Amino acid sequence: MSAFRQSVEAMIPALRRYARALARDADIADDLVQDTLVRALRSERLFLGGDVRSWLYTILTNLNKNRRRSLARRPQFMPLLDNNPDASGTEAEGRDIARALSTLVEEQRAVLLLVVLEGLSYREVADIQGVPIGTVMSRLARARAHVKASLDGERPALRRVK
Amino acid sequence: MTDRTIPVTEDELHAYVDRELPAERSGDVEAWLAAHPEDAERVQSWRAMAEALHERYDSVANEPVPQRLELERLERQPRRFIYGSIAAALIAFVAGGGVGWFARGEAAAPSQMQSFTEDALDAHRLYVVEVRHPVEVPGSERTHLQQWLTKRCGWDVRAPELASTGLKLVGGRLLPGPNGPASFLMYESSSGERFTIYTAKAAMKAAQMRTTTFDKDSAMFWADRGVGYVVSGGNDRERLAQVARAVYEQVEKNGG
Repeated sequence: MSAFRQSVEAMIPALRRYARALARDADIADDLVQDTLVRALRSERLFLGGDVRSWLYTILTNLNKNRRRSLARRPQFMPLLDNNPDASGTEAEGRDIARALSTLVEEQRAVLLLVVLEGLSYREVADIQGVPIGTVMSRLARARAHVKASLDGERPALRRVK
Repeated sequence: MTDRTIPVTEDELHAYVDRELPAERSGDVEAWLAAHPEDAERVQSWRAMAEALHERYDSVANEPVPQRLELERLERQPRRFIYGSIAAALIAFVAGGGVGWFARGEAAAPSQMQSFTEDALDAHRLYVVEVRHPVEVPGSERTHLQQWLTKRCGWDVRAPELASTGLKLVGGRLLPGPNGPASFLMYESSSGERFTIYTAKAAMKAAQMRTTTFDKDSAMFWADRGVGYVVSGGNDRERLAQVARAVYEQVEKNGG
């Protein structure tokens, strides 16, 4: 297996984690990862070195943006069954953070997850989103303030309906 | 305390937490936090947030990677599964007018799920227009209907109570299905709109709902414990989703 393929493969678990937090639904999340991988494999020859990791996060982030754009005109149809209820003692806590995440607008959620969960630098996130670093930082600040308010029990703002 | 009193900005607090702050400024921030409990509290809450995120989602990264994400498999069948995704289904369901996702990509190799759903839609179209004999056993004999269908089909057939969505059981019938008998239940609202629930044995793993639209009818499909369910109705997809959801919830509650 080529070095490129090895680096893609090594990223699958992290991509799944990011996608799950981003999309919330386990099936949709894995669909996003799958589409990301297919695209990556197909574009292997177009990949001219650089950081595979950032590149994969970029593809996934864009795919999710497109998906949400397609869905934006109608209320989202939520999955009825969580196939992978995370069995852990902190389930209630976990659900709170998931709910708080769901109240964020897309770009803010992506920034928060890329920085905090995936450990990317501000610079990398700026490249992924195609915005200046200052925008990344303000999105991050707003995301943290919003999630904090939500976790502190303030009634989360109604989910954004476009 | 002369140089160090340069006020710390909010951006710097974030950068400090995210280890993006130049090392020489960290000491200033720490001093600042010691003197400003409100900022210290915020920084603390951001750290707790990070912990909560990891606690909630790190387990996903530790799960074994599902087969369908294995690179070798994706290369062998690069696009096969993509259109079979719930995401594609949702997009087709929400944005598509007329042609559902089944029409895309899978036409060359009709899946079991596709033919299953088509069978159900055929039955739906055939019987919903029937005025005098839409069913074999009327809804007034609900208990008998359920016992009969359960006995013939071999799984627990229950007619869900859909009054909450404004629907009343018209009745049901037995149909030939893809893998033996199929049960077919019909519901009706006071305004005459009809919905049907088709169930048959299905060796598919598809716990999540999928959907398709054909002509003037739409259907939602899912499978659970070896039984496939198709709820069919008219082209008002939100309404169909509402009904399908009610059916799904009751099937879940009754344990299939």
